[in-house]
Amino acid sequence: MTMATATADPILKVDGITVDFDGFKAIDNFSMTLERGQLRVLIGPNGAGKSTLCDTIIGRVHSASGSVTFNGENITNKPEFEIVRRGICRKFQTPGVLPSLTVRDNLAVAAQRDRRWWTAFQIGAKAAEARKVEDILEQIGLTERADTLAADLAHGEKQWLEIGMVVATEADLLLLDEPTAGMGPNETSKTAKLIHSLLGKHAVLVIDHDMTFVEELGGKVTVMHQGKFLKQGSVAEVRADPEVAAVYLGRAKE
Amino acid sequence: MTKSSPFRHAWILVLIVAVLAPMLVSSYNLNLLGRFLSMAILAVGIVLIWGEAGILTLGQGVFFGLGGYSIAMYLKLSTLPEGSLPDFMEWSGVMALPWFWWPFKSGLLALLAIILVPAVFAGIFAWAMFRRRIAGVYFALITQAVALTFATLLTSQQSTTGGYNGLTGFTEAFGMPLGTDQANRTLYWITLAVLVAVFAGSKWLMATRYGTLLRATRDGENRVRFLGYNTTPYKVVAFMLAAVFASLGGALFTLHAGVVSPAFVGVVPSIEMIVWVAVGGRKSLWGAVAGALIVNFAKDIISSALPEAWLYVLGLIFILVVTYLPNGLAGLVEDLLAKSRRPAAPEGALVEEGK
Repeated sequence: MTMATATADPILKVDGITVDFDGFKAIDNFSMTLERGQLRVLIGPNGAGKSTLCDTIIGRVHSASGSVTFNGENITNKPEFEIVRRGICRKFQTPGVLPSLTVRDNLAVAAQRDRRWWTAFQIGAKAAEARKVEDILEQIGLTERADTLAADLAHGEKQWLEIGMVVATEADLLLLDEPTAGMGPNETSKTAKLIHSLLGKHAVLVIDHDMTFVEELGGKVTVMHQGKFLKQGSVAEVRADPEVAAVYLGRAKE
Repeated sequence: MTKSSPFRHAWILVLIVAVLAPMLVSSYNLNLLGRFLSMAILAVGIVLIWGEAGILTLGQGVFFGLGGYSIAMYLKLSTLPEGSLPDFMEWSGVMALPWFWWPFKSGLLALLAIILVPAVFAGIFAWAMFRRRIAGVYFALITQAVALTFATLLTSQQSTTGGYNGLTGFTEAFGMPLGTDQANRTLYWITLAVLVAVFAGSKWLMATRYGTLLRATRDGENRVRFLGYNTTPYKVVAFMLAAVFASLGGALFTLHAGVVSPAFVGVVPSIEMIVWVAVGGRKSLWGAVAGALIVNFAKDIISSALPEAWLYVLGLIFILVVTYLPNGLAGLVEDLLAKSRRPAAPEGALVEEGK
């Protein structure tokens, strides 16, 4: 990559990843580096391989070649829960909240540091974890909804709850896949503010193709097309790029 | 669990009536009640595995049978004169006691077997299945195949298992002569005590972080995995507990009924067990106990009046419950209570305020 990103120590290095679905290359020799505590937005037209890239980082999809390095450790093709335990957590495209649990219990499950089954035979969360849950409830604006079942939340609230769950894991790297899917303009800008409040403590990789949201977020943008790296730069730079316009923005304006 | 209503303390009354039942009902009915409470112990286990963990199992008959045969083998051997074999073995020309009968000469080992054999078997089975992420209908069908295999095995090994007739003709248990009123009362109270312990233990378990995790896994196993949990052991433990409860139920049932046979362990009885819990409500411990009692009393009444009709009635009940009462009778009661408490809360009003 030509960008001068190698200065700070990178939290995640994706190096030459290729994912092959029966001959179709969903990701083709893709590389990317994320910096600690920074925001990165990954855009690209439908089918560009953004979600597959997330799946690969998180261990749900196995790559045919290339490597993923997280905090200096090679995590390529490890089981999901081991990758998560090292500090990467992902929010899915469709809200992945746990419907028959209350909002608070959803966060408590995420916030629990000790995930070994034989330590689970106790009632109630640890005091520090319970405090953290209350803090996150405040941060995502759901304090008053804490005892509601997640199934009864509005769509936008479910998205925030899941962002809250991802945050509660205290992961160093958060992968947010279309966090504003199905949201109106007010909710979208509230989500952008929420994401900004996470930076510094967490590195955040946001996948989206809603350009108004991407502009509101700001930060560095990486463009993907047909599984390959296309461009990287600020929102304005990417917008002005004719190649990007051709594959993505141009089509979106039609 | 969320019964904050005049019925909050109803359980005390229910428990008092249950303890006094031997003074209140005929010895015939007490024997029936004892059998059905044994089945309710199994039903509590189904709430854990099916209601809480969301894993449908159609093989609980196997574990019911493991408990039943464990106690029955001990009962057969304990009253035997030195050097002789159980009656059916002698009729089949068996010369020496088969190896798997040996431990059951000891009452203590038999009691341990009631807990350890199903726990070990269920643990290995569930670990092999869940680790490979076999779930849903596939898992249910495999458990059903296990039930079929076990029943077939028992029937085919006539000379060492008693075959189709099973094991019967018990005269005493741990020095207590069976069949007397005194014995029936004692067995009833033991059964009730085990049920209360299993019930209270399950209620506690459902309130722990383990219980929350089990429900979380039922709701979205992938979400839980991506929060960094290995869900396999949580599910394996639930399956093992359900198996041990089924085995305890089977052992107590065998003491009450005086017989255990392949008719209690195969595919049909395993499905019947699921129907008890479906009728009562799979997400409610109370519901499961009530379901086991209601369905079995109904079975007793209907099959003594019209012996052929029972399976049709059972099928009909199952269809009606699945169609109209997805959370069983317990769900119905909860809905009615909720309605009577808040008569006119306009839907959506709360949602607007939340913004």
